[in-house]
Amino acid sequence: MDGPPISARRVRALVKKEFHQIARDPSSILIAVIIPLLLLFIFGYGLSLDSHDLRLGVVLESSDTEARDFGAALTGSDYFVVDTGHDIREFSDRLRDGHLRGIVVIPEDFAVRLTDPGKGPAIQIISDGSEPQLAAFVENYVKGAFRVWLRQRQIESGRVMPPALQIEQRFRYNPSLRSRNFLIPGSIAVIMTVVGALLTALVVAREWERGTMEALLASPVTRAELVIGKFIPYFFLGLGSFTVCLLLAILVFRVPLVGSLPALYAVTCLFLLTALGLGLTISAATKDQFVAAQIALNAAFLPAFILSGFVFEIKSMPMWIQVITFFIPARYFVDSLKTLFLAGDVWSILLPDMLLLSLTTIIFLALTARNMARRLD
Amino acid sequence: MPEKPILEIEGLCKSFPGLDHRALEPVDAEVPPGRIMGLVGPDGAGKTTLLRLAAGLLTPEAGSVRVLGLDPLRDAARARELTGYMPQKFGLYEDLTVMENLDLYADLRGLTGEARDERFETVLHFSELKPFSGRRAGALSGGMKQKLGLACALLSRPKLLLLDEPSVGVDPVSRRELWRMVHELIQEGIGVVWSTAYLDEAELCDQVVLLSGGRMLYNGPPRELAERVRERCFRISGITTGRRRLLTRLLDREEVVDGVIEGANLRIVLREPDERTMLESEAGEKSGTVHPVEPRFEDAFVDLLGGAPPGTSALAEKIEEKRHGEDARVVEARELTKRFGDFTATRAVSFGVRAGEIFGLLGPNGAGKSTTFKMMCGLLKPSSGEALVSGTSLSHAPGEARQKVGYMAQKFSLYGMLNARQNLEFFSGVYGLRGKARRKRVDEMIELFGLADYLGQSSEKLPLGIKQRLALACAVMHTPDILFLDEPTSGVDPVTRREFWSHINGLVRKGVTIMVTTHFMDEAEYCDRIGLMFRGDMIAIDTPHALKESVVSKDLEKPTLEDAFIELIQRWRDRKEVA
Repeated sequence: MDGPPISARRVRALVKKEFHQIARDPSSILIAVIIPLLLLFIFGYGLSLDSHDLRLGVVLESSDTEARDFGAALTGSDYFVVDTGHDIREFSDRLRDGHLRGIVVIPEDFAVRLTDPGKGPAIQIISDGSEPQLAAFVENYVKGAFRVWLRQRQIESGRVMPPALQIEQRFRYNPSLRSRNFLIPGSIAVIMTVVGALLTALVVAREWERGTMEALLASPVTRAELVIGKFIPYFFLGLGSFTVCLLLAILVFRVPLVGSLPALYAVTCLFLLTALGLGLTISAATKDQFVAAQIALNAAFLPAFILSGFVFEIKSMPMWIQVITFFIPARYFVDSLKTLFLAGDVWSILLPDMLLLSLTTIIFLALTARNMARRLD
Repeated sequence: MPEKPILEIEGLCKSFPGLDHRALEPVDAEVPPGRIMGLVGPDGAGKTTLLRLAAGLLTPEAGSVRVLGLDPLRDAARARELTGYMPQKFGLYEDLTVMENLDLYADLRGLTGEARDERFETVLHFSELKPFSGRRAGALSGGMKQKLGLACALLSRPKLLLLDEPSVGVDPVSRRELWRMVHELIQEGIGVVWSTAYLDEAELCDQVVLLSGGRMLYNGPPRELAERVRERCFRISGITTGRRRLLTRLLDREEVVDGVIEGANLRIVLREPDERTMLESEAGEKSGTVHPVEPRFEDAFVDLLGGAPPGTSALAEKIEEKRHGEDARVVEARELTKRFGDFTATRAVSFGVRAGEIFGLLGPNGAGKSTTFKMMCGLLKPSSGEALVSGTSLSHAPGEARQKVGYMAQKFSLYGMLNARQNLEFFSGVYGLRGKARRKRVDEMIELFGLADYLGQSSEKLPLGIKQRLALACAVMHTPDILFLDEPTSGVDPVTRREFWSHINGLVRKGVTIMVTTHFMDEAEYCDRIGLMFRGDMIAIDTPHALKESVVSKDLEKPTLEDAFIELIQRWRDRKEVA
């Protein structure tokens, strides 16, 4: 019964109707523009994996030149905001209250210990183990600062020649090592998942709720026309939404875009089709806008957030969870976006991603086509 | 030579998963060209299921549907060309204008070129929507939406027109116009199926299929069904006082099949015509006189269902008599105005309700009934004016004032996921009943309303009638002085509705004050006084009898309440124009 070919006139009529509705019903614009802006600002400003200005207490038990010199080195670091004292008791309460992230003790015999390792460690680092990640930061940064200071001292005293072979550490693909540079592209992927799935899930459920779907089904419209009539308008709305995110990322968050725009849009188009397909699949399962929104958030937002490699590194997940991530389309989009923003058009990464995205698109389209009832039972 | 029928239905039935009975038991029916078939029955009777089957939106479980010989599923494309279908809520896009809605459906139905312009001209003229073609469908009144829905369904010149409850909640003027339009249509030879829960509409159809709980109770001309109660229908008029008491007593008698209040009069259906003497002697005690009247479809329907339930309400027997001073105004609205943005839902609505009175707000959807109601209950804050209950405003009165009020909302404010007992327990807790008193009260309600068999069932799965009993039980558990009922019996079958009103009548006799909203004219007849609401205005307040009397003219010697409403709307419009 769905045999007759797709009628361009009917599709055009459906698309036109949808655009009228988008223009007049603020909720589509809300989903397509306001939600992305909100999420992008939350992710952009609220979520940062860099640590700056860690509060540190430095206990100078010794007052000789070496100790004061190292204390000054810590104070000068960007990573720390240092309070200096002479007794560890001054700081222990503040560490407990969380005002300090760590305490560094420079012992009385610091100078002696420096020359004679047999006397024990030169410095003691006390950090807040209730926040292991921060504690590790403190430890590593202080250690690093100590090593740098030692080397500097040796060079100055002329005991060691500057090494002939100098190691210069350079990070490629995110030279400034700003976490925002990979978080923003990742969050765009999450946002597009939510926007795409929510848009279509809601608009189809809305047609059921208002009884208009019943009227459409009683007209000669075919299933394919209904699906296409929903895809086209929300595809363009989704692209608009993506463009807003892209402009914000580049102009406001100053994320460098290394790759090319055509490649970026090609991947995005593919992903949008998948996300819209997911939304349509959801809408076929429920005829209630509220339920549709709940499902869309749980089926789209959470996996995209947790399992896409956006924040949490997939390679460090347990094996069985890694297997699950292969079924999360957002994973491929996050991967492509990070590559495009930070590394450029690396086709050896992009092509497999695009292939897999095409596959998920086809799967969701097939599911939609199968589940989108042409009848009511 | 009999013409080939437009719609043929044979042994058609349908069940849905999760429903323990069939939504539609085998039905046979035919709609010949130029005829209107009424599909009549309460909510859940299977009307919509039948229409959807005919529109090819559902697959039949057994039996067949033919639209001019075509199977609506297998020959979907061609059958759809021939069928115009207007679903409930009219299937309109509210964000689109009248013209855009028409454009959409014309495109979908392949109406192009000159034929399209011509057809638009016809339907716009016919539906009188031309001046509003640029207005958004969402901003149309209920009556205009209904006409637009019809216009959209008519675009492709269907041979079969399926209308699903086209007149529910629509004002009486628009309802009459819609009937006029449909009568014009059948002149062109199309067949119409009109589904409705209003039994008085059955009498306007050429032929009626009466459904109840999925079963077909009757199929034939409405007159013929009414014939079964011929000579058994009477009106008692001239009753001085206590018409409710008399009705209760009569309904308790074996000889009486049905009885309802009609303003100041009673309408009674007897089991046998020769029991009239009994009726006369009963009526005589209240100095009432008995006249035979023409049987109505509804009389016959109740007879078919086995008659109305007894009139004595076990509930009311249990309730203590409430005592009030004479003429105490327990509910009062003073110039209530409510605006939502630039839309005025009610405009300076004023009325007062005396203790022990049934006061009804009657009007179509969107007239402002529910808004007024919510302001009275303190659920909405008026933009201006005051709503007083027992002399205080509920919106800032403490729980004490609310304790005196019971509220039963449209579609019964029950928690669908809770079972019947849990609902009772929840509401008893809400009204501050505790411990032993609470258990006693819950058990009492279970007994009074006969809920024992349904306690474990989740309330959303209960049959409509039981749901209604449960909702009423929840609302009266704390023996309120005032009971607010928001469209309490819309869509329920007439027997259930009578049972409901027998409780209400009983409560009123005990001095409980009732305020009710409705869009059923015959429900309004139960009220002592009614306020007619239309487009946010209170256009008249009086007893049903006086309202009818006020419009008597040479052309209209015995106006119905609907006639009165229509005339009063007209007068209100004239007043507005002058002003």
